[in-house]
Amino acid sequence: MREFKATGPVSNTLESHGSRLTTHDSNEIFIQVKDLVHIYNRGKRGEFRALSGVSLEIKKGEFLAVVGPNGSGKSTLIMHFNALLTPTEGEVIVGGLDTRDPRHIWEIRRQVGIVFQNPDNQIVSSLLEEDVAFGVENLGLPPEEVRERVEEALSLTGLSGVRDRPPHLLSGGQKQRLAVAGVLAMCPACLVLDEPSSMLDPAGRAELMETLVRLNRSGRVTVILVTHFMEDAARADKIIVMNEGRLVLTGPPDRVFAEHALLDEINLALPAAAEISRGLRRRGFPVPDGILSLDDLVSFLCRR
Amino acid sequence: MNNNPIIKVENLTHIYSPGTPFQVVSLEGISLEIARGEFFAVIGSTGSGKSTLVQHFNGILAPAKGKIWVCGADISDKRQRRDLWRRVGLVFQQPEQQLFEETVFDDVAFGPRNMGFDQDEVKRRVEKALQQMGLDPATVSGVPPFRLSGGMRRKVAIAGVLAMTPEVLILDEPAAGLDPQGRKQLMDLVEDFRREEGVTMVLVTHNMEEAALWTDRMAVLDKGRLVMEGSTREVFNKAGELRALGLNVPAPAQLMCKLRAAGKQVRTDVLTNEEAVEEIARLLSET
Repeated sequence: MREFKATGPVSNTLESHGSRLTTHDSNEIFIQVKDLVHIYNRGKRGEFRALSGVSLEIKKGEFLAVVGPNGSGKSTLIMHFNALLTPTEGEVIVGGLDTRDPRHIWEIRRQVGIVFQNPDNQIVSSLLEEDVAFGVENLGLPPEEVRERVEEALSLTGLSGVRDRPPHLLSGGQKQRLAVAGVLAMCPACLVLDEPSSMLDPAGRAELMETLVRLNRSGRVTVILVTHFMEDAARADKIIVMNEGRLVLTGPPDRVFAEHALLDEINLALPAAAEISRGLRRRGFPVPDGILSLDDLVSFLCRR
Repeated sequence: MNNNPIIKVENLTHIYSPGTPFQVVSLEGISLEIARGEFFAVIGSTGSGKSTLVQHFNGILAPAKGKIWVCGADISDKRQRRDLWRRVGLVFQQPEQQLFEETVFDDVAFGPRNMGFDQDEVKRRVEKALQQMGLDPATVSGVPPFRLSGGMRRKVAIAGVLAMTPEVLILDEPAAGLDPQGRKQLMDLVEDFRREEGVTMVLVTHNMEEAALWTDRMAVLDKGRLVMEGSTREVFNKAGELRALGLNVPAPAQLMCKLRAAGKQVRTDVLTNEEAVEEIARLLSET
């Protein structure tokens, strides 16, 4: 695995357009994964090795993007972050707690909330508002606090206007935001999202991304985003690239997206700005590596 | 445009749960035509009525008001609507959730069997459809669908519709949730099928890059109304209007708009990265 250490703010020749998040100073490790192996149906028919020797550290307050082809082990990996799965070998420590110890499960799940790909699987109530409140009510909080948290989660996800709709009359994208709201209302220390954008329209995707960035910058929430959208991944502090159950690359976005040969090999696209820059280089124009956003590309082209 | 559209929608209105407190006017006053053989996209923000619209095209939904003709059949007429499923294939969102047979073969064979074909013809159709979806009939036919990966299950589900050789194929977010490579592969397969069989294709998508890459014409919905219609290039040259609707133009077109805003004389109606490279190369060579 190639690993690039982030050395403070990324030093490249481009002016930052604020499109990348600030690197967090906090060095406190929130999730530590050591030599993680996960085998489904071990010793049975259909045995499948989904993760092989994955090690990584996620810092408190970090915004981490997880990318890689379908079937590369991304979803299996994140299910270890709140003990939905436990290691076949190796260990996962979340907020100082070992996921293999059953006594820690509820504390770990209180700290780490996961939003899955398919929102239909996690909607439980017949009214939107009740659905958001479902988890919070079970925490035994005073009604006032429940109301406040539900309000905040609805407004953060832009659902206040449809609060009294039954979920089955929501669109696919609205359901996806509802699932995010339900988890947000729990005020987790760490929010994990497994391809939340796959059913969202461009504005919904941009809004969700801004919501995540805002939450993360407020310093309250560590965000782990599994995504196929390289533009979104490019906005994270750090990217990890998975392939065939292994972690093959990790580092800040500009370093990761400079590894063209490796990314091509596993069929991973670059953000559009990087792809277009690459096309221009091939045509003989000296466009530097490390351009990840359209704004950076525009300012480079205008300075020439 | 062809004078004889395969789908003709006239002043369509659809209301969910009419007469209840949850009544939602989902479509209002939609009129459009889709020509035979066209690759047509329906785009719009979530909840704009895209899925509701296309579910009228094979008679799953009937219009509250207005008229729709598909393959010459008036879908308001129950008798005419009844046989439409043979001619118009609809692939729902996440179709892999609807696989229910014990083997891949039986699942793909479900449609052709219902159409009354004999065993040999059913077998021929199943094998062809699996091949058209890039699957090897010999290896997957006997496998239970749940043993396959999500991407393969999606292909099996689509093969089940292809095996009915529809004249019109409607795909509602066919590639959602697949990785970029899987998306491209699926769309390549679908495009090959379109060319081979000469079917009319209607694609519902949130992915602007995908619409730009594959389709000839587009309709844009907003809150149940048709707000734009035109060639894909024309529609994607209206970045401001699309953004106001919660949509966007493909990334390469966004780039060109930004360059234009910064005072550069560039075309903004580009659809692909390659076209953007071409246009910027022209700009750089001039200066």
